Amino acid sequence: MDLYTIIFYFFAVITLGSACIVVFSRNIVRAAFALLFAFFGVAGIYIFLLADFIAVTQLLIYVGGIMVLILFGVMLTSHQINVDAKTGVIQTLPAILIAACIGAGLVWVFWITDWKANSQLPIVETTALKIGELLLTKYLLPFEIASMILLVALIGAAMIARREKKV
Amino acid sequence: MHFLVLSGLLFSFGIFAILTRRNAIMVLMGVELVLNAANINFVAFSRYVSTSLDGHVVAIFVIILAAAEAAIALAIILNIYQNFNTVNVDEINQLKD
Repeated sequence: MDLYTIIFYFFAVITLGSACIVVFSRNIVRAAFALLFAFFGVAGIYIFLLADFIAVTQLLIYVGGIMVLILFGVMLTSHQINVDAKTGVIQTLPAILIAACIGAGLVWVFWITDWKANSQLPIVETTALKIGELLLTKYLLPFEIASMILLVALIGAAMIARREKKV
Repeated sequence: MHFLVLSGLLFSFGIFAILTRRNAIMVLMGVELVLNAANINFVAFSRYVSTSLDGHVVAIFVIILAAAEAAIALAIILNIYQNFNTVNVDEINQLKD
């Protein structure tokens, strides 16, 4: 049990525990803050996978952007904060079955496949330069389309959430 | 391979949140969990199996699209709240008010 494994399990427990709180909590504000911790845990996992640029991008955009948006949404639309109970048992049981089947199937496939992974540590270097090169040479078209999508999303969201003037 | 198992478990948690939750914002949180699980999967494959950084670039695009989709979803939810005065997905069942 070396330090690498211990810290990996620490981050994995943070991520999965926060996901449990998000899924099973009745208080929506508590679930929102647990999602925040889940994003932090996922950023830690990215550091383990030697993805430094992705980890920082995740922190900036997910924690700093999307979490703020979700908290805005939670605060603006819930006049009763404690009421989000799950629906009755009749609807929860098929959901548990489906989610358990999907989870078990995925984990089983991941366990028994021989992935031919090279697990020795590659040369650790910063990835930002290489990602930049890839974005501008091989993935140029998705890059431009992504910027168009962001523009359309910005205009669309601003237009949808506008307060209508009731005439 | 532990990373793949982690992403599989996170994915099933997200699916359970989408299926079970009644509040529309909780469904959005479940969608974000699913997207993060897929991202971990991509980056794990890029680290262990591939030699290039394609998985990282795809992860960046997924993050971008998740941000755009979360913004639009919250705009829609705010509009629904102004019209129906609730964000319960079971009660929003009319196509015109």
